[in-house]
Amino acid sequence: MSARDRILAKLRAARPAEPNALPDLDAHYTPRARGEAKTERLARFRAGIESFHAEVHISSEADWPALLARLCADKQVATMLYGADTPAGRRLDQATFPATTLRPWAGQVEELKADLFHRVDAGFTQTRGAIAETGTLMLWSSEAEPRTLSLVPPIHFALLDANTIQPTFFDVLRTENWAAGLPTNALLISGPSKTADIQQTLAYGAHGPKELVVIVINAEGDAQ
Amino acid sequence: MSHQPQQQSAGQPIAFVSAQALRARMHDAVNNPHLRQSFRGAMDFLMAKRAAQFPDQDELDSLRSLSEGIRQYSLSKLPELLEQLEANLTRNGVKVHWAETPDEANAIMLGIARQHQAKLIVKGKSMVSEEIEFNHAMEAAGVGALESDMGEYIVQLAGEKPSHIIMPAIHQTKQQIAKLFAEKIPGVDYTDNVDALIRIGRNVLRDKFESADIGLSGVNFAVAETGTLCLVENEGNGRMCTTVPKVHIAITGIEKIVEKLEHVAPLYSILTRSATGQAVSTYFNMISGPRKAGDKDGPEEVHLVLLDNGRSQAYADEQLRKTLQCIRCGACMNHCPVYTRIGGHAYGTTYPGPIGKIVSPHMMGLEQTHLLPTASSLCGACGEVCPVKIPIPELLIRLRGEANSAPHAHPAMVGQGAAYDPKISFVWRMWARLYGRPSTYRAFSWLATRFRALTPRKQSGWTAARTPLQPAPRRLRDMLKDRR
Ligand code: SF4
Repeated sequence: MSARDRILAKLRAARPAEPNALPDLDAHYTPRARGEAKTERLARFRAGIESFHAEVHISSEADWPALLARLCADKQVATMLYGADTPAGRRLDQATFPATTLRPWAGQVEELKADLFHRVDAGFTQTRGAIAETGTLMLWSSEAEPRTLSLVPPIHFALLDANTIQPTFFDVLRTENWAAGLPTNALLISGPSKTADIQQTLAYGAHGPKELVVIVINAEGDAQ
Repeated sequence: MSHQPQQQSAGQPIAFVSAQALRARMHDAVNNPHLRQSFRGAMDFLMAKRAAQFPDQDELDSLRSLSEGIRQYSLSKLPELLEQLEANLTRNGVKVHWAETPDEANAIMLGIARQHQAKLIVKGKSMVSEEIEFNHAMEAAGVGALESDMGEYIVQLAGEKPSHIIMPAIHQTKQQIAKLFAEKIPGVDYTDNVDALIRIGRNVLRDKFESADIGLSGVNFAVAETGTLCLVENEGNGRMCTTVPKVHIAITGIEKIVEKLEHVAPLYSILTRSATGQAVSTYFNMISGPRKAGDKDGPEEVHLVLLDNGRSQAYADEQLRKTLQCIRCGACMNHCPVYTRIGGHAYGTTYPGPIGKIVSPHMMGLEQTHLLPTASSLCGACGEVCPVKIPIPELLIRLRGEANSAPHAHPAMVGQGAAYDPKISFVWRMWARLYGRPSTYRAFSWLATRFRALTPRKQSGWTAARTPLQPAPRRLRDMLKDRR
């Protein structure tokens, strides 16, 4: 018998005859649902992620590339890596960045690892949405936007559509039915990388990005 | 006797030596004001942060019940869920391995390292890897294993073991860390500025992420229905270890499994809030396989090692099974008056504090660990804060019973009866007889008051710091009789 068979045999011999009843998640979440409008959800998301030290800018569909260019200049980003084959990436292809070289991701990570670790100042990604309750971004890795894009460069710029902010993580898993098809890597991000491992003193930029900058696309006239 | 509880020589595994050693370590820890101050301060801080995350008692109660329900449900289907997990991970391209013992787990991982001619394994935080002495095993085989969680890195650099399951270097002050860095890292000058220290660690470890052959991680939740490994972290080193090297090995105990993806939402929320008082961690990393065709990064191979190491023993008993509900948040140690006074190293086990006392006996046997469940005042704080409602005090009493009962043919655990002493057991049996019946009790108390002069002056442990016990000259019942 293999280790696997021995472990499973021991467990099977001891398992209760009837499994417990399936836990009722709705009983916990339904009475606590807030039923917030988009504006409040955005406000709560913003307060949450700002409390984790992220920078949030509200913009519009038309203006965000110019805002990003300005932010890059302010932060002295010389090179920014992005995924070209996305709606946002195609907007960036058209935009002018006076102070920054835009570099589309090309090839496998092995081909650009050294640059990624040593020469790229910022990575830009879209987001799948966000969570109001905790101030959290959701990213799914894809061929166009690999996972290291939001991890290795010191600054991470993330583009978020205000319409995709959901109340809780539980709501996301339910309404979007993530269980039906997860990507290789799904990520929740709440702020720049941090640690409190030295005397409980909070320090940012532990191993991941030191700065997280969120640009929210919000239709004109909505919450600023 | 002079012990140095915080200083362990490099690479030397901590294991139980003897009851005397445990007592001596605890004695030294209690008499180290510096250590006590660090832990007191840190625990007060963590308790306050947790409390601030649960302003609504009703929500906390509901979430705890739900989390307990999910963990118990998962355990009630554990064998099926493990098979489902294995099938789905395999479908996703992850190789699944099973290990009954730490040695088997290390051998599996060493095999993977050899196959890839790995020189350096960079590690995310994993208590299971501590449990199996992974670093030690790799070093013995000539493979480098480097911790990359800042706290773990500090502890490894100092040649120590983690003193807390969430905050490994909690016993070190920034001045000690500053000294350590200046001594051990080439080209680094003394600085006790925390930002500067973190920057130093970041720079050293970035090179390692870039060059390591294998990344190792633990697992917080394994989801059976999707074949997904979930990791909770703040630093990003876990993401580095699971993304950048060509091979990713994850290791976990067989109990860390849930059936449905949605079960992860409440557990994740109560985990970070209970552990460090954070509403959410910086990263929640959900991995469902290696780099696929079209993917531009991620490891080419992903392995999962499922470790038993005594867990199936706990599983076999309905009461002891509750031990496996644990989601390793550390709240029980943060709220434990014993842990706060002696710190994590004094216990001598991988998992310190209340969770360590109830889980270590299954991993190491009661012969080595039977004193652990006695290192408790049974104040109940651990059970009260546990996010999955493990009745820790009840389990401590149960384990005391297992250790002290006469050895029998069908023990619930290895080492049952390890602390059994026929003399003590005889005394208690007599006591029970005397106190169990009014007639014998009356006769006993009559004799005790008459012959009180014969009470010994030396009463072993009791008289070490107290005046001897002696029966009163008159019984309560006699005094009451006089009054009437
Ligand atoms: S026993 Fe409970 S409180 Fe202690 S670490 Fe486990 S889940 Fe947390």
